[in-house]
Parts: sequence; C-alpha cells; structure tokens
Amino acid sequence: MGEASASEQDGEHTGGGVITTRALTKRYRGGQLAVDGLCLTVPAGSVFGFLGPNGSGKTTTIRMLMGLIEPTSGTAHVLGRPMPRSARAVLPHVGALIEGPALYGFLSGRDNLLRYDAADPTADPRTRRIRVLAALDRVGLTAAGGKKAKAYSLGMKQRLGLAAALLQPRRLLVLDEPTNGLDPQGMREIRTLVRELASDGTTVFLSSHLLDEIEQVCTHAAVMARGRLLTQGPVADLAAGARGRLVVTTPDPADAARLLKEQGVADVVADGERVTGEVPGRDLAEVNAALVTAGVRVRGFGVERASLEDAFVALTGEGFDVAG
Amino acid sequence: MSRAEAVRAVSPLWTLGLLRSELLTTFRRWRTLALLGVLAAVPVLVGIAVRIETGDGSSAGGGGGGGPAFISQITNNGLFLVFTALAATLPFFLPMAIGVVAGDAVAGEANTGTLRYLLVAPAGRTRLLLTKYATVMTFCLVATLVVAVSALITGALLFPLGDLTTISGTRISFSEGLARALLIALVVAVSLIGVAALGLFVSTLTNSGIAAMATTVGLLITVQIVDQIPQLHAVHPYLFSHYWLSFADLMREPVYWDDLTRNLGLQALYAAVFGSAAWARFTAKDISA
Repeated sequence: MGEASASEQDGEHTGGGVITTRALTKRYRGGQLAVDGLCLTVPAGSVFGFLGPNGSGKTTTIRMLMGLIEPTSGTAHVLGRPMPRSARAVLPHVGALIEGPALYGFLSGRDNLLRYDAADPTADPRTRRIRVLAALDRVGLTAAGGKKAKAYSLGMKQRLGLAAALLQPRRLLVLDEPTNGLDPQGMREIRTLVRELASDGTTVFLSSHLLDEIEQVCTHAAVMARGRLLTQGPVADLAAGARGRLVVTTPDPADAARLLKEQGVADVVADGERVTGEVPGRDLAEVNAALVTAGVRVRGFGVERASLEDAFVALTGEGFDVAG
Repeated sequence: MSRAEAVRAVSPLWTLGLLRSELLTTFRRWRTLALLGVLAAVPVLVGIAVRIETGDGSSAGGGGGGGPAFISQITNNGLFLVFTALAATLPFFLPMAIGVVAGDAVAGEANTGTLRYLLVAPAGRTRLLLTKYATVMTFCLVATLVVAVSALITGALLFPLGDLTTISGTRISFSEGLARALLIALVVAVSLIGVAALGLFVSTLTNSGIAAMATTVGLLITVQIVDQIPQLHAVHPYLFSHYWLSFADLMREPVYWDDLTRNLGLQALYAAVFGSAAWARFTAKDISA
C-alpha cells in the first residue's frame, strides 16, 4: 500500500508533534480572516492549553484539525498525518468535544453513546454496550444513563459529550471548553479526569478562556488573539515571561517601604499593610534580615508568582475581552 | 505504535451497523411516527366516508365519475380501498412525508450539532450520505406499506372481499389481486425516490432542518402546479410527479408498461442527478454548525 513510506514522509515535517500546523489559514466566504498563518506544535504527552478570548479563532482551528472545515491555505498534521485528507485513519484515535456537546434529545444518554459509537468504523459492536457503560461511569452518569437527553442539565450534557470522547482508548483528546456549564465540583472532577488521562499517556488539547483552569492542569499552552498565535511553550515559561513581585506584609508599611528601597528593590508600592516591589537580584533572606534588624515587624514575606493572566495581559497589552 | 495496532481492522459490515443506527434513530423520532400515523389514518377516513355515503345502497362517486381512481369499486370489494388510498395519498401526503424526513436528514443533524460528532467519529461523509439516502428510501417503502396495510385492514372490516374486475374488464382472483396490490405499493414507493433525492440534496444546502423541509415541500407543490398548466406541457415529462398515477396501469389486463417504465426511468434520473449533487455538496462542505 506504500503507507509506511507515506507516514515517514509526513513525519519529516511534523517534528514529532501530535498536532503540527504550518501557516494554517482560514478565510471565510465573507472575507473574514478567522485564523491567520497559525504555526502550532503540540508535543506528545502534553496537556496543551489553547487559550484566547471568544472569537479569537480557537474553534475554527479545532474544526480544521478535525477535518470539518477545509483550510484556505497552510497544512495541518494530526498524529503525523495530514488533515483533512487522512481523517479516516486519524480520527478513530481522537476523542473530541467541539463547541459543546450535541445530543439527540429524544434518545437516552446511553442510546446517544450507542449511536455515536456506531458511527466509528473501528468500534467493535460486540463490546459496544460494555464500553458505553464504562464511559458513562467514568463521567459519573451511570444513574442518569437511561434518562432522555433532553431532560439533562447543561452540566450533564457536557459530561455525556465527554463520555462520547472516551468511548475508545484515544491517543489524543481535543476538548473545547470542557468545563463549560459545570459547577465547581464538576470542574474539579473534569480536571482530575484530564490529569488521569494525561498520566495514561494521552495527549490532551484543551481550549479554554479560563486562565486559571489552563494554569492548573496544563503543561504547555498557546495564546491566540484575533486569529493569530501570540506565543506558545511550557506554561512555566509563559508565566515566567511576566515577572513575579516581592510582597511584604507588615504593620509598619512606611518604614518597610523605605528600607526596601535602600535594599535595592525597585518599584516599591505600599498599599495598606502590603508593600510590594520588583524582586531584587540579591538574596531575599538578607533583605528580610535587614527589615527585621531595622525593627520592622514582618508578618509575611515572599514572592508572588506571576499568573498566566499577567502573562496574557503583558502579551496582548489588553484585558481578556471579546475580539470584535 | 503498539496502540495503533490495537485498533480493530474495519469490518466490511460496519456500514450496516451505521445503517441500523440511522434507521433506529429515524424511526424513534416522534415526528416520523406522527407522519406514519397521519398516513395510516387517511385510508380509514376514506373507507368510513365511502361506507357512510353508500349506506343507502347507492354507489360512491356517482357511478365512477369523480373522486380518486377506483373509489366507485370499493363497495364491491374492499381490496380497492388499497388502490384508492394510494391514489389519494400519492399526490401530496406521501411525498410531503418523504420531503419532511429527507429534508431533515442532514440539515436537522447540522442544526442540532450531532452531524459534527458523527463526522469526527468518523462516519465518513460519503458513507453517511449513502446511509441517509438508504434510510429515506426505507421510509418511502414503510410509509407506502403503512397506507396499503391500513387500507387493506379497513377495507376488509367495512366491505366484502373477493374476486375483482380489472380496469380492462377481466376478472382476477382475490389472491392475484392481493399480489397486484403489493406490486402497486412497491411501484408507489419507487415513485417517491425522486422526491427523496431532491429532499436530501436540499438538506445538504442548509443548516436548518425546518428550512430544508419547507423548501422540499414547496418544490413539491410547485411541481404539482406546473404539471397542471397545459401551456407548460413541454416540461411535463421531466417533472418527477408526471407519471406517478401510472401505477393504475398495473390493474390493466395485459399490463400497460409504457408509462410505468417511463416513471421508473425518470425516478432513476432524479436519483442520479440530485444524488450526485448532494454528494458533491456534502463532501466539500465546511461543517460550521
């Protein structure tokens, strides 16, 4: 069949990434540029956060990766093979939740999963019922499996959508806003589930507009705005791009601020009992000792790490608003 | 790549599994069952109306002048209710039901978003479209059989059964009449293939199930009107509904095949043209719903 040579060829320009795009561009018929020259690399085994405001082109990118829409130009490789051309070979290894769940309201949750599983050519009909029950159990829907899907709450629909993505063992999970509509308990369960899947070796591609969610579960992240990729890399590096701040809590803020300046701390700001400044180059233990020696009473002393949100604001120079 | 090998080889029977799932999904829809219910009610209403009209001993339709074909014969033989019911439902009720099911087939799933999950499963666009078309054709057959069976039961309950007279005046036995009724039901079902292909094509054009159903039914009505305007006789042979009532020729002795074969050829032409158009459209479409 010559398939081996074809995949070798593909391997050359994917650089080992589970998802690799080169100058991926989508211009809709109205002329609107939804995705503009996207070059994305998702490393194998990562939990990859795909971050951006609503309307920044995340979902269009995901639809191109899943072969639902044709790119205007550029290429996309998923699991080393070109999309949408190799959709039939690639997609059985991919579980997806795209723009929220979609269900047959007149069917029960279980029958919805049976239907989606029947649409997968690689799914074994003999194990179908067992796998459906296992997927329902995994997302905590065992008790509600027999109920009609139209009676489900948004959170239950979201869980059923996730169950559909977990019907088979997958090499890649593409989850678009997976915690949408879930309560805090549900969000935590999903995060735990994502970590579990990742520890089994599944690569998880997670889109979200919730920065702290990405920060909590992702190892890597990419930031999009207005169809363009702003940055990508390990989450720790991204957050490090925005520097942390030294924070001193004290009942003597005026003295503390003066002393900190003397110790070479720049940009000192006193706000009530909190005094903050840029982290100095010297040993922080000495800074603290100097404060105490000078008789400043210190309640708290430490460095607050920059959040991804700080990094995002630093990157875009703006807040997290909907792109026009 | 050990996990890649763990994935099963695709069984050639998988398409049948998808078709089974598609049929189950279609026939469990409340709307499908309601349409079949309406179709089952038509012969019952016709049967009761004829029974009441002829309660005083007069024959229905004023001696065979007006009304749908065969209606005047029902009082003599309940089997004629099958032919009457099919003649009464074929111009509008049956194709409307097909238009609703076919129009909804792709557009309805796009509307609810389930289409994108079927495609990333991945069902495959060509295979999914073929499965949808097979399901719509199954519905054509089921809908026609529902009318025929409902008519047969109503006819048997309200009127006598027995040997019957063909249009040509020869007599045939009841069992042969029954066989002809089944053959007619099949021909009627096949007559609907054109509408089914048209509806499926319309269904690939939009993401709104309602819009696709309305367009298909609108086209059906337009074609029926055009077929009634004598000045437009040049286009009549190309309208999918033009030879529909040719099924009555199966009740002649010998059977008059000309219009029947023209009808079958025309339906095949519609299936080929609109089937290809639907395929071209659906396989190249951006699924953005």
